[in-house]
Amino acid sequence: MAERSFKKEVEKLRLGNGEIFEGEGILAVTKALLQSGVAYVGGYQGSPISHLMDVFSDADPLLRELGVHFESNASEASAAAMLAASVNYPLRGAVAWKSVVGTNVASDALSNIASGGVTGGTLIIIGEDYGEGSSIMQERTHAFAMKSQMWLLDPRPNLTSIVDMVEKGFALSEASNTPVMLEMRVRACHMTGEFVAKDNRRPPLTVGEAAQNPVRDVDRIVLPPANFLHEHEKIEKRWPAGIRFIAENHFNEWFGPETDDIGIIVQGGLYNSLNRALEIAGLSDAYGASRVPIYCLNAVYPLIPDEVRSFCAGKTAVLVVEEGQPEFMEHELNTMMRRADLQTRIVGKDILPRAGEYSAQVLYDGVVEFLRQWAPARVPAGMAVLPPEPELAGQVPPRPAGFCTGCPERPIFSAMKLVQEELGDFHVSADIGCHLFSILPPFHIGNTTMGYGLGTAGASAFKPSEGAGAKRAIAMMGDGGFWHNGLTSGIGNAVFNQDDNVTIIVDNGYSAATGGQDVLSSQAENATRTTNNPIEKALRGLGITWARTLTRTYDVTRMRDTLREALTSPERGPKVIVAQSECMLNKQRRIKPLMAKAVSEGKRVVRERFGVDPETCTGDHACIRLSGCPSLSIRANPDPLREDPVTHIDNSCVGCGNCGEVAHAAILCPSFYKASITANPGRWEKIGRRWRAALIGWSQSRHARALAARSF
Amino acid sequence: MTQNIESGRDRITVAILALGGQGGGVLADWIIHLANSNGYIAQGTSVPGVAQRTGSTVYYIEMIRRSAASSNAPPPVLAMMPMPGDVDIVLAAELAEAGRAILRGFVTEDRTTLIGSTHRVYAISEKSALADGTASSQRIREAAERRAKRFIGFDMEEASVRARSVISSVLFGALAGSQALPFDREMFEEAIRHGGKAVASNLKGFSDGADLARTRREEIEIASAPPAPTTESGRALADRIARDFDPALHATLLYGVAKLMDYQDRAYANLYLDRAATVAVLDDGRDGRKLSVEAARYLALWMGYEDTIRVADLKIRQTRLQRVEQEVQLKDDQTLRVTEYMHPRLQEVCETMPAAIGRAILARPRLRAWLEPFFRKGRHVETTGLRWHVALRLLASMRGIRRSTLRYRDEQQRIEEWLGLVRATALTDSAAAAEIAMLPKLIKGYSDTFERGLARYQRISAAVPAVLRAPEASDRIAALRAAALADDKGRALDTLLAAEA
Repeated sequence: MAERSFKKEVEKLRLGNGEIFEGEGILAVTKALLQSGVAYVGGYQGSPISHLMDVFSDADPLLRELGVHFESNASEASAAAMLAASVNYPLRGAVAWKSVVGTNVASDALSNIASGGVTGGTLIIIGEDYGEGSSIMQERTHAFAMKSQMWLLDPRPNLTSIVDMVEKGFALSEASNTPVMLEMRVRACHMTGEFVAKDNRRPPLTVGEAAQNPVRDVDRIVLPPANFLHEHEKIEKRWPAGIRFIAENHFNEWFGPETDDIGIIVQGGLYNSLNRALEIAGLSDAYGASRVPIYCLNAVYPLIPDEVRSFCAGKTAVLVVEEGQPEFMEHELNTMMRRADLQTRIVGKDILPRAGEYSAQVLYDGVVEFLRQWAPARVPAGMAVLPPEPELAGQVPPRPAGFCTGCPERPIFSAMKLVQEELGDFHVSADIGCHLFSILPPFHIGNTTMGYGLGTAGASAFKPSEGAGAKRAIAMMGDGGFWHNGLTSGIGNAVFNQDDNVTIIVDNGYSAATGGQDVLSSQAENATRTTNNPIEKALRGLGITWARTLTRTYDVTRMRDTLREALTSPERGPKVIVAQSECMLNKQRRIKPLMAKAVSEGKRVVRERFGVDPETCTGDHACIRLSGCPSLSIRANPDPLREDPVTHIDNSCVGCGNCGEVAHAAILCPSFYKASITANPGRWEKIGRRWRAALIGWSQSRHARALAARSF
Repeated sequence: MTQNIESGRDRITVAILALGGQGGGVLADWIIHLANSNGYIAQGTSVPGVAQRTGSTVYYIEMIRRSAASSNAPPPVLAMMPMPGDVDIVLAAELAEAGRAILRGFVTEDRTTLIGSTHRVYAISEKSALADGTASSQRIREAAERRAKRFIGFDMEEASVRARSVISSVLFGALAGSQALPFDREMFEEAIRHGGKAVASNLKGFSDGADLARTRREEIEIASAPPAPTTESGRALADRIARDFDPALHATLLYGVAKLMDYQDRAYANLYLDRAATVAVLDDGRDGRKLSVEAARYLALWMGYEDTIRVADLKIRQTRLQRVEQEVQLKDDQTLRVTEYMHPRLQEVCETMPAAIGRAILARPRLRAWLEPFFRKGRHVETTGLRWHVALRLLASMRGIRRSTLRYRDEQQRIEEWLGLVRATALTDSAAAAEIAMLPKLIKGYSDTFERGLARYQRISAAVPAVLRAPEASDRIAALRAAALADDKGRALDTLLAAEA
């Protein structure tokens, strides 16, 4: 079960003709897919498109009613390969993933499908994780569209435009036998808004029906001589067909005055930010009534030469607003100007920053500079410069992401830190997932990360047996990454190449970083997916002989000892530790309502949380450096003589016990205590407690009297 | 600051800065619903994902007056990111986040109403410092007052706890109370009801927030007065302090004797005053008697060192159990069990024995090797159980023989050496002596942490004679102390000591 439940949102997917849909961008896309008569949907979760996958998971009954097949694919490569269903059959299919990383994983299958071409409309929803809030390398998906020749749509960020582009995208794909990518920027995915819904459409042909009547066309398979044929087809048939369809169906939009000396060409996704920049510069208003001509590209690839020519003709200069690099569009626009022998100057990255997100502020600065050079009379009066606050900057600490309160991954890294204190530092090959937060304070563990599921592969060059006194490297991997590809690319590779490194697989029961989706080894029962496949079984099946599954990561001592054993054992060959405890975020979501219900029903429920005695805490904070739990904080020292703040555990503590275990394993201090609070205690328990409390109370009051007698 | 934006614009922009888990998303949903159902078109955006795992997040809302249904106005074009200088309302769920909003240019004098909680959620860099790494809340508040058109700030965390609600409802209330949005209070409340979750407690938080935003309270820090004596011994000690010491030292000394009375007895408190007096007579009065004040502070802390007897004594107190009950919000019909995580090593056990025996065991490697495995595991000590309560009570009662323990002998010797160094330095360089008086700041914690701190203290002490031979000795000692607290591994101190050698 995913982190967020979309049962309520799923109801919105049922809206019919003329009803108003209100919700997030990514849900609008989901609804648009159903309105387009999609026959199958798949993908791999990851910000910012996780919600699309989660909504489909929760919408299972509706999808069954409509005859739509939905798959939570094992990886983006599986999702892309699934699009093969649209090669021979007029089936509309859509897949979604986080890009650019997901597109990287999918690119083998994408190249194949783009080469052979498609019969049914094929849409790839790209969650472009670029700019603020992004967690990945800053690259453009645009390059994939160009190299494989797939069309790339970048709709204006409002729900009506986005939904329109989904529907038109399928038709474009069919008209040009080419897969179409629909790019959704991070904020557009989570942007709220409304659009007028249409009825959902059953796919005219379902995947089941297609399989009953197989169609084969050897020309669609990438193998000589068809592969050569495909390249010619792309240039001679599909490209012209795509351009024609985009132009005839008005994918791109014109705003502002008909004629002018200057103009702006903008990627659709940046239109709103551009309009805000123009508004501040006094050149537009809140309704987009621009006083400068704008050519808004909802289809950024391919460019439409006729449209470009007619927009640029008669203008001295045109500003190209193209985010990210390289500036593919700017290059092509320049080429088009030369070919058309137009003297219009294409202005782009010479004014706008070559790298980084194009916020409204950046665009404002760019527009002003553009006006200064090409229309000096229209330069706005300018914005007052905000006075800098250097002193304030020193007081606002950075707030890096970290492990959640009670996260079961924290003790793994606490243990690793303790082992490093004994044996010295190790090379740690990190992976993608929440566990990557280990590279941040307070753990500072991890040297490289090479991609999802590639932790073990990233350590494979280190062959400790080849140097005297050499150390084994440690590789991290999550259960999500393991099933995504780490099983073969990491573990299989290590077995085959007789590696001698140590891999720690974090088995928290979910693909946690992407929003808590189930994976093969999840322990939850899932009616529509097969779970409960233990990781260790897969490891042994692959030839791993040294494997240990620890079922409670919070046992820091055991964790440390097992890791030490793996690092120092004379046994050769890859060693794998499966560190198992449920993701606390998802566990709390699961058990909190259950506990509240049990308490209200009068059942005995024990809640645990931890605390620190401010009188014995001396304010060294070693516990925080070994844990970093958000509930483990600091507060003023109650002892007026002491100046350093003491550690304090707030009420958000979920009682995982990590801090106590760390205090034990590292022999830190006696300040930690565990409070077990029993609601609805049993009768005998109550009586026993009362007796004990009376006896201890008597002893305590005697102690208190003695204290009072010797007090100041 | 932006003279180009029409002053009578219909558009209102709201930025919410919150930490993951503070309910920023719920707050944004309320505001969006509030606007959408009261004549505005609202658009919200956010960046969930890894930023929500404890990082800071910005939610952004734009709203614009809805045109009449019959008009031919096109739909508005709303931005998805706040633009510096263009934000009307900033809601910050924590003080440093309010500071971040200012740094990002979201708060400007001409238009921004800044509504922020003044409580702090410390960042990891602040929490993990070896001493005090916290930022100055005062500075951030000053900047908020200075940079915003209007700053409404109070401790919303505390208000939410009192209302048994969440901080987002208090913020929503403060937003209503600020009257920065063109909506009535009832409309706000309707938005909470529409949300449908925890409506009663959210309305309570909302109502408190709205009231507090209107009645701006000055949060006055109450300076705690030094303790007043309650016993005859106490009065005698207080008299002695008043008679024999400079008034600048009185507060520190009163805290000191109170602590040491509680720690040991009247004689020990008198020993403290005897020792403090030997430094006080050498004070030349500079820097508000920093030398003797700091010496008095660290002397009291050092003499009240944390041995097993002290820890046991503190753990079994009635006041301590009451504090725990309060902290975990124990209700009447619930029962409580408290388990301590203790890990005394052979070292600590021997230190609690009479000096001769303890030293004898520690000096015999084979005996230690045989005994140590018994103390290798941490103990889970249930102090609400009879067995452990009695055990700790017995241990605490060893206070009577504390003066004969190995630890006592070791600590008194170290204290005397330190005081000797302070006094000797005070004769020639009282500023440097004050810095030496503050060196025991490095000694804290238990077991390895204690040993690490002690070792660093001793390394610096050993370097003191060399440092004193060169100019600006006091600054250099202060630098060494800061370096010792800079990192866990002691790299900064190594570098600096190497430079001193």
